[in-house]
Amino acid sequence: MEYLSLFVKSIFVDNMIFAYFLGMCSFLAVSKNVKTAAGLGVAVIFVLLVTLPINYLLNRFVLSPGALQWLSPSLADVDLSFLSFIIFIAVIAAIVQIVEMVVEKYSPSLYSSLGIFLPLIAVNCAILGGSLFMQQKDFVNLGEATVYALGSGIGWFLAIVSLAAIREKMAYSNVPKALKGLGITFITVGLMGIAFMTFMGISL
Amino acid sequence: MNAKLKETILNPIFKGNPITVLVLGICSSLAVTVTMKGALVMALSVIVVCGISSLILSLLRNTIPGRVRIIVQLVVVAMMVILVDQILKSFEATYAIDKQLSVYIGLIITNCIVMGRIEAFALGNKPWPSFLDGVANGAGYGMILLIVAFFRELLGSGTLFGVDILNRLGYVPNNLVILPPFALILIGCIVWVQRSIQKDLQEK
Repeated sequence: MEYLSLFVKSIFVDNMIFAYFLGMCSFLAVSKNVKTAAGLGVAVIFVLLVTLPINYLLNRFVLSPGALQWLSPSLADVDLSFLSFIIFIAVIAAIVQIVEMVVEKYSPSLYSSLGIFLPLIAVNCAILGGSLFMQQKDFVNLGEATVYALGSGIGWFLAIVSLAAIREKMAYSNVPKALKGLGITFITVGLMGIAFMTFMGISL
Repeated sequence: MNAKLKETILNPIFKGNPITVLVLGICSSLAVTVTMKGALVMALSVIVVCGISSLILSLLRNTIPGRVRIIVQLVVVAMMVILVDQILKSFEATYAIDKQLSVYIGLIITNCIVMGRIEAFALGNKPWPSFLDGVANGAGYGMILLIVAFFRELLGSGTLFGVDILNRLGYVPNNLVILPPFALILIGCIVWVQRSIQKDLQEK
């Protein structure tokens, strides 16, 4: 039951886009049509699902204060948490590279649909942000971290697909010239964010 | 100072502003604009990280093999971000800097402005212009942050830098302005204003 509530919470209440603004750059750039938006969304879910548990284990057994105790008791007061940024980003960059190579080898059709998005994801803030929030939230076990990764990935996917759908329809409406394109997209995202705010304060 | 250097400095501030024109670095910026203080800290951090990492990578530009440049860039940027984060942590108690800011400082690593300017400018130019370009882009970004934070703090809490301004006149703070989506709407309006002045930026 805890897993379920964490899952729902990370999709709606703690939505990566509308509550934390993570992954905005690619969110705005790749939301012109639904099909590519869905492709990027799936890639984000996948990469989050792979990198976040790995970073969780690294954080638990290497980085957090006293984490190295399992190696030898004399390391009990070593605190490596200042290294977390560089370790997390290295893990993400490496995993994205590996995933890209594996997908290219075993599933050329998936590769051609995800292809261009995978390298982009290494610098997507939602991925690094997921790991940093995981560190802040102090999950008790690997299961919780994985569920959190899946939930926030799906939340990101929902957000980008719905924005792309709105932008496709908006192409036919009469927007003031200077507001066209970027400006109106910002305002749309803001209004969608307000809609998502209704989930705030729900405790499951 | 010759005309080209001047152009390098002035262009990112208005005509080629990283946020409103290039749409880079929205990710980590919007959550820190609730107060002027947070925005100022974030702006200064980005200026420092962007300027110095551009300088370092420009010095190294002839020795980095093209294939591994992304990793090298990430390492240099991550190192700078760790330095900034550690410095901020030591001042956290004295100046009461918000703890939440730490996650967003970490996200400077994946801030597209830093990586984008390194890729587009520092790898092909001499150290001094690269340094200026990095600083100027950081400043252009910081300027938008401060404009947004000005309206959000003034209308949302009735204060500026924590000093009471509107409340004593009987103003009732508007909580909507504090919520994250309002930042997007404000940026949308800034884009609108800028594009009404600079007609060549308008999209068809």
